[in-house]
Amino acid sequence: MTGEQITFLIVALVTLGSGLMVVTTRNLVHAALWLVATLFGVAVTYALLHASFLAVVQVVVYIGAIAILFIFAVMLTRKDMRDQGPQMNRNWWFGALLAVLTFGGLYFLLQGWTGLSKTAAALPSGFDAVGELGNALVSPDAYVLPFEVASVLLVAALVGAVYVAFNPHSGNSGK
Amino acid sequence: MSFWNDPLKVAADWLMGILTGWGMPEIAAQILIGFLGILLLISVLMVLDIFLVWVERKVVARFQDRIGPNRLGPFGLIQPFADIIKLMIKEDTTPGGADKVVYNLAPMLSMMSVLILWAVVPLAPTMLGVDLNIGVLYIIAAGAIGTLSIIMAGWASNNKFALIGAFRQVAVMVSFEVPMLATLLIPTILTGSMGTGAIIEKQDIWFFWLAPLGAVIFLIAAIAELGRAPFDMAEGESELVSGYNIEYSGMKFGMFYAGELLHAFTFGGFLAIMFFGGYRFFGLELVSPFLAIAVLLFKAFIGYWLIMWVKYTLLRIRIDHMLAFNWKFLTPLAFVLLMVVALMNALLAGTPTWLYIVGMFLSNVLVAWGALEVARSYSRREREKVEGPKPVVETAQH
Amino acid sequence: MSQWIYIGLFFIVGLIIPVGAIVMAWMLGPKKPNPIKLSTYECGIETVGDSWVQFKAQYYIFALVFLIFDVETVFLFPWAVKLGQLGLFAVIEGLIFILILVAGLVYTWRKGMLEWA
Repeated sequence: MTGEQITFLIVALVTLGSGLMVVTTRNLVHAALWLVATLFGVAVTYALLHASFLAVVQVVVYIGAIAILFIFAVMLTRKDMRDQGPQMNRNWWFGALLAVLTFGGLYFLLQGWTGLSKTAAALPSGFDAVGELGNALVSPDAYVLPFEVASVLLVAALVGAVYVAFNPHSGNSGK
Repeated sequence: MSFWNDPLKVAADWLMGILTGWGMPEIAAQILIGFLGILLLISVLMVLDIFLVWVERKVVARFQDRIGPNRLGPFGLIQPFADIIKLMIKEDTTPGGADKVVYNLAPMLSMMSVLILWAVVPLAPTMLGVDLNIGVLYIIAAGAIGTLSIIMAGWASNNKFALIGAFRQVAVMVSFEVPMLATLLIPTILTGSMGTGAIIEKQDIWFFWLAPLGAVIFLIAAIAELGRAPFDMAEGESELVSGYNIEYSGMKFGMFYAGELLHAFTFGGFLAIMFFGGYRFFGLELVSPFLAIAVLLFKAFIGYWLIMWVKYTLLRIRIDHMLAFNWKFLTPLAFVLLMVVALMNALLAGTPTWLYIVGMFLSNVLVAWGALEVARSYSRREREKVEGPKPVVETAQH
Repeated sequence: MSQWIYIGLFFIVGLIIPVGAIVMAWMLGPKKPNPIKLSTYECGIETVGDSWVQFKAQYYIFALVFLIFDVETVFLFPWAVKLGQLGLFAVIEGLIFILILVAGLVYTWRKGMLEWA
């Protein structure tokens, strides 16, 4: 095994472990913090894949903004940060079955695929991934329309959020 | 002589020779050398941090017409070491009801988020920790970890003041990150790269002359990001006592404090790198890396001094004013400036250099002037709205 | 890849130093806890109620607006990198992108969602 593979295994284990902690821990803020660990693990995986831009964007957007948003949301909604109820509902067996089936199906589909054992071709030296991305985003024969639509989508998300939060009659008490 | 020109490479080659001589595989030796180099850099930074405590105390004393630390050693230079000994042997308390793991993790992450910033600081032409081609975004990513550590500290302390302080601080930090991102786009546009090394290499003319308003907005956003006065919402002593770090004592508090100082200094450095040419000073950086480091540190100290100057001159702004200032003034202004810079940069692309510089500079000044006019007329209207129906006594509302 | 090894090393060393300092202080310092010392630092009297306070919805709105702009600038960075080589057309595209989002900001503003009330 190469150093890269060992690193990947450790990172993958940490990511999966923290992902498991997110759903099993009873403390909501702890769950949010474990989620941060999971997202950070994903960022490290991107870095291992030489996708520098994605790795950093993962940290900036998911840890810098979405995790903060989650923690704010937790603080806003629950007076009580401990989840007292049972952690499983009656349909847990169905969920487990579905998960096993999905995993089995994916395994069945992918075992005959040779792409998994291939090594990716090395990038040409001096390959400027960010620059290529910038080119693709603005050139008319590539992704210029999705680029602009992304902006509209973001505004739609903003408008939706404002609409949901907008309630002139509610008195926000306290801090 | 070669050591004088490229000390890192000489030292690394020398170490490499020894380590491979011992039969170490080359890649392991390389990683070990990198580890040692980073350890050296960060140790130097920590020593610098100790020195910054003294600088901060001395400067604030001068601003307040005092002398400052002056008993221990010449000019009180030994004072920060006494402070450290005190922090070291203080009792390390964890308040009852605190979430122990998160509580102890927060100061470590806070310090780490500052130290890792130096990975992308180019110290000299041949000395750049890691020449990431996404260096600018990396700065923001490191800031995200800092933001997280503040929330963790505030929440884990199990204290109302700490939690409120942390929330206010984080609200301010994330808000001011928007203009900061917008102004970081300006050097990126002017350089055509996000790498900090490339940004410095491109600055034959300081970017300050091309986008003076960008530098000012960056400075304001950086001060807010650092949580320093006039944006030190978390620390509102009169209302929140000390904000998110209220329950911390001893070395853990020391980590927050030292982290804040080093963070301020680091952002002084980033101001220099983004807009003031970094280590470049009329070819001095080519003579020797040591001179380049000296130039960078000097510029960083000037940036740090600016941040201190603002801190000890201005009063704290109320949180609603602060957020309104950001979202209704600074953010639109930053985006307008970004658009103007992008447009002018494209329009003036083929013109002679002098025209390019003058055009960019004047367009910036024009945007700044327009923004100030808008702000002035707005504040006049607001004042009339308040003063019109019922005249109020002039209080400290300025 | 090698770049990220060094970034990883920076993270490790950056964590070791503060951990070392805190552990050292923990070993050197005295440990004589008592209930008064460990009580929450609030005004010197007994804490009233839970430390869990209800926060204003405004925090959430600001974080949300921030998220939108954060994602936006992430899109703009690749654009900014290539801007010098792409000419006026690309600049205009970027400007439209920014203008749409600024319109979103203006909407939020007009709806009074940026007020700290």
